[in-house]
Amino acid sequence: MSLKDKAAIVGIGETDYVRGAGRTEVDQMVEAARKAIADAGLTRDDIDGLMPPPVLTYTEELAAKLGIQELKWASVVAMGGATSTAMLQNAAMAVASGIAKNVVVVLGWNGYSALRPKPGVPPGRINGPFAFENILQDFYAPFGVTLPVQFYGWLATRHEYVYGDQTEAKAAIAMAFRSNAQLNPKAITRGRPLSLEEYMSSRVISSPFRLYDCCVETDGACALVITSAERAKDMPHRPVYISGVAEGHPYPADDIPSREDMLKVGIHSAAPRAFEMADIKVTDADFIQIYDCFTNIVVMQMEALGLCEPGGVADFVKDGALEVGGKCPINTHGGLHSQAHVWGMNHLIEATKQLRGDAGEAQVKNAEVGIITGWGDLGDGSVAVLRR
Amino acid sequence: MSEELAVEPKPLPKPGDPLHQQYWAFCNEERLCFQKCTGCGLWRHVPRDMCAKCWSTDWEWVESSGKGKLYTWTVVERPMHPAFFPDVPYASIIVELEEGVRMVSMMRDLPMDELKVDLPVEVLFERASDTVVLPYFRPVQK
Ligand SMILES: [Zn+2]
Repeated sequence: MSLKDKAAIVGIGETDYVRGAGRTEVDQMVEAARKAIADAGLTRDDIDGLMPPPVLTYTEELAAKLGIQELKWASVVAMGGATSTAMLQNAAMAVASGIAKNVVVVLGWNGYSALRPKPGVPPGRINGPFAFENILQDFYAPFGVTLPVQFYGWLATRHEYVYGDQTEAKAAIAMAFRSNAQLNPKAITRGRPLSLEEYMSSRVISSPFRLYDCCVETDGACALVITSAERAKDMPHRPVYISGVAEGHPYPADDIPSREDMLKVGIHSAAPRAFEMADIKVTDADFIQIYDCFTNIVVMQMEALGLCEPGGVADFVKDGALEVGGKCPINTHGGLHSQAHVWGMNHLIEATKQLRGDAGEAQVKNAEVGIITGWGDLGDGSVAVLRR
Repeated sequence: MSEELAVEPKPLPKPGDPLHQQYWAFCNEERLCFQKCTGCGLWRHVPRDMCAKCWSTDWEWVESSGKGKLYTWTVVERPMHPAFFPDVPYASIIVELEEGVRMVSMMRDLPMDELKVDLPVEVLFERASDTVVLPYFRPVQK
């Protein structure tokens, strides 16, 4: 059985995206979930499936706070930033098989307030460990590597060694996402466009990443309601069908240095499977929302999706190609780079708005098919094809 | 960067896994050792209970030559972890050792603009605490 078009996104909800929410992650998740359930025209008594994020909360806590009394199914996907898009696969399996009718998928965090110490900002609550914590703690952290900006820096340096300097491509990507964010009322960088001069003069954080190669840090939460294709037809909004979806993992997924080919990542295996399920080519997409934690990571994913040959991104992105109105709009909301960082759940919210025709100033005309990627942990990947 | 944040000590290995403990115990004796599978002969790092290639659970710790080549790196200018603020810029590196395994370390005795792929490097040990010695790398001494 193929999952193609068996499930649909029928409700979306999001909090404000801010620096300093002043409340817990789970409080924001509850707000986003309530909004998504209302958007789907449902009540909490209709919800019988729940997908909380890893680390940041627990099924039991979230269900209790939402007052969901008859929970039939819950599942947690732990793929870092690849979690959000990968969760679509699990939720689609649950509703397509009939195990659950209406699944809430939710993720929120205090990516600004709790991620690292800041004077005057109280630390967030303590949460559980993540997948590769023991390896990070015992073999990376003693050498000053504690965060993605550093361990993805290894990948990016190696990629630029093999395929050449990516400065031109990275600058175009950063400026295009910032330009798209100017069309989005929720973007935290709205009103602050980015010039080439600002990009080029920005300080290095961890080479080859400059400040404007990095995503923003924000607090916020997003939620989706997913139901079966049959039920979706009678819901308030135009259904957004999960046409193709797949996850992929590099090998070994829990350690970067020991990989035979360090540049082979999860998206390389996920993308062809998602496209085959949806029966599309990458060029069929009217827009793409790429998990843009760092510009080099966008470059690697554009290559892995097959948009161009490795090393060919600088040519591909010319002439505003990635901007709304360009030949291949990417991150029409501004992405993690310029809208907000909600682990790519905001990419799924934006994709749903685009396919409903509700994307406002950033609407891609007649958008029918969208591709969404997720990237997380040490290079895990997920790809979804959504269509209206 | 605010001074008041720079009070946290540097993160050191806190191995709970017995194999991680053994790896670091060898480092404490200034020996860089890796597991070598006695089933198929494959060297491995990070430490694991079983050879993922041949599924043999037999292996021995074998000392590395400590020589290898630079595989990739990142030069950290803004470390996020306050304990590394005084060290910037520093190069966090991945070294490919002669035995074939790759490991994470930090570069010593090399200007940042001289980092290059395949640069020959060798291990040197520096004591970080009463119980922990860390393996760093420097350019091979001529
Ligand atoms: Zn073996």
